[in-house]
Amino acid sequence: MIEIDALTKDYLELTVVDHVSLTVADGEIAVIVGTSGSGKTTLLRMINRLIEPTSGTVKIDGQDTRAVPAFELRRRIGYAIQGHGLFPHRTVGQNIATVPTLLGWDKQKIAARVDELLSLFQLEPAEFRDRLPSELSGGQQQRVGVARALAAEPRLLLMDEPFGALDPIIRAKAQSDLLAIQKRFGTTIVLVTHDMEEAIHLGSRIAVMDKGKLLQYAPPAEIIARPATPFVAELIGTGERPFRLLSLGKVRDLVEPGPAQGEPISADASLRDAYAECLWSGREVLPVIDADGKIIGRIRRDDIARRAERPQ
Amino acid sequence: MSSIAITDRHPTFAIDKLGVLIAVLAAVASFLPFAAFRANRIVLGEAKGIFAALPEWEAAVLAVVLAAGIGIALFRTPTVWRLATSLIVLALLFIAIGHAGTFLTPPGDRIARVSPGAGFWLLIFAFALLAADAIARLKLKPWTRLGVLGVVAVFFAVLLGSGTLNDLSILREYFNRGETFWREAQTHLALALGSLAAATVVGIPLGVLCHRNSRLRVPVLNVLNAVQTIPSIALFGLLIAPLAWVAANVPGASAVGISGIGAAPAMVALFAYSLLPVVANTVVGLEGVPYAADDAAKGMGMTDWQRLVTVQFPLAFPVILTGIRIVLVQNIGLATIAALIGGGGFGVFVFQGVGQTAMDLVLLGAVPTVALAFAAAVVLDAIVEMVSPRGVERED
Repeated sequence: MIEIDALTKDYLELTVVDHVSLTVADGEIAVIVGTSGSGKTTLLRMINRLIEPTSGTVKIDGQDTRAVPAFELRRRIGYAIQGHGLFPHRTVGQNIATVPTLLGWDKQKIAARVDELLSLFQLEPAEFRDRLPSELSGGQQQRVGVARALAAEPRLLLMDEPFGALDPIIRAKAQSDLLAIQKRFGTTIVLVTHDMEEAIHLGSRIAVMDKGKLLQYAPPAEIIARPATPFVAELIGTGERPFRLLSLGKVRDLVEPGPAQGEPISADASLRDAYAECLWSGREVLPVIDADGKIIGRIRRDDIARRAERPQ
Repeated sequence: MSSIAITDRHPTFAIDKLGVLIAVLAAVASFLPFAAFRANRIVLGEAKGIFAALPEWEAAVLAVVLAAGIGIALFRTPTVWRLATSLIVLALLFIAIGHAGTFLTPPGDRIARVSPGAGFWLLIFAFALLAADAIARLKLKPWTRLGVLGVVAVFFAVLLGSGTLNDLSILREYFNRGETFWREAQTHLALALGSLAAATVVGIPLGVLCHRNSRLRVPVLNVLNAVQTIPSIALFGLLIAPLAWVAANVPGASAVGISGIGAAPAMVALFAYSLLPVVANTVVGLEGVPYAADDAAKGMGMTDWQRLVTVQFPLAFPVILTGIRIVLVQNIGLATIAALIGGGGFGVFVFQGVGQTAMDLVLLGAVPTVALAFAAAVVLDAIVEMVSPRGVERED
């Protein structure tokens, strides 16, 4: 658990982060979203003390982050950044092994961990272990960057626009990979982005920042339904609200028994995708299949539309 | 695509741009004096063309080879041919100048002098240019380049050892001062390498400090820049007074070799000149380290020292080494001036030669200096390339 209390950063006259307080529970993904200059990156970098706060405290699992030397603190916290920041002169394997090596793990354990992570990120260990980062595609480099951040099994992972440099298709894949891995390890994640779409997709809670202040900190559905300030509403985009709400739900939530015609839709697809399919194919109902491809029922367009209405 | 195919099919009709320059130079040089004969060491020379300087058949062979060499340089020919041609012509030129020495010196004459003429030097320059161009175009691997350097060194060792060049005036001068030559060679190397070592030991940490502390960077680099602008002779001279004072007033200073003249001020001056390239390249190299990699290193919990040693320094090292290369080549040249204040080195022969208007003696100092600087440049360039991590793109 991370408890941030009245955290403040001043640069001379300028207050970049202004008395921000928020708590991230274990296993949550907290996404800090804001425009550039909102102080979101500064807030993130104060958690692992890459930036020292002017005032306020950060506690991780009840312990003040200032109780240990900064470098020791950072070795316990995963750190992944935009443009991956891989060491260009070291192989993929050496890059991933960075923190375990700093912690003095023995060689065998490190080698095993490197291979485990490479497999986890769908990079064949024998093929990729000894390559240099420059020999990888952008998406592969980004995956290695996240693998490196997770190498020492941190309970907390900080990510600064980790998918910012990726094209939309690879980006969507990287996001779903991250969700899968987060589910598997139960890692607590604090992620910074300027993209509200990404925040809603990934966040279990979203912190909206503007001009150094925390405007709202709430689950995505509540941010969409009840934006605390006009700025938050603007960030969501009023025209986008119903669709953003739909993107939070899964087809599985609205399945009902009964027949339907045409191309089926996966139970794990978002309601937004199902609605788009209804509109595009001109159908009132869609058959729903589960992961095995078996039809488990149907979903009705009207039911989906009702979910897009403003929650009361 | 088709135009490339056409030029490939008719390579002999295409003219090589650099080849034109080389061919013109070599053609002009062929008609300039190949060697100069003088009755003694200091009288004015008598110019001899290729056919006057060599036995008839040797001159004819040389003329034919030169003509062929000019042809190969002029037209667009395979690069390997160009390299082979240039090396063969260069080797022949050196053998020919040795033979010219023997041919022109009357038997038993120990006073007459034969030295290479303007034509010889210009031919060497033209075909060395061809060789350098071919080597650059072949994009030889560092080890291959070192191999070529080794072959050249062996060639000269064999040539000198065989006595082919013994009748040339530069070697006459050498035989007159064999022991001194090697002693000065040692001094020269000690000055150039010693000052380089000192500059590296001081300069790299200073560069790291300047990188980390931007307030230090500007004044330090400005001071070192100012030092570089002091004319070398002036700097050597300026150091005489303070070092003489130190020698006279600091106990033990003169015992360890510090004095106003001699090797100490020379060493100090060379050290001062060496600092700027080392410090500046260290700063530039460290600044070229990608920000994201450095930030990630910090964010993952490396200490400042670990970050410097495992990330920043390896990535900056090729640039730092480039600075060291500049310093070494520069120092080998500059160390000649040390002789002016009694510091020794090859400069001793240069200044004696100038004083006696004996150009051969000047050459005895200058030729080894140039050869050393050249070899140092080749070796360090190869090392820089070998240590540059593959796959690291850096914007210089």
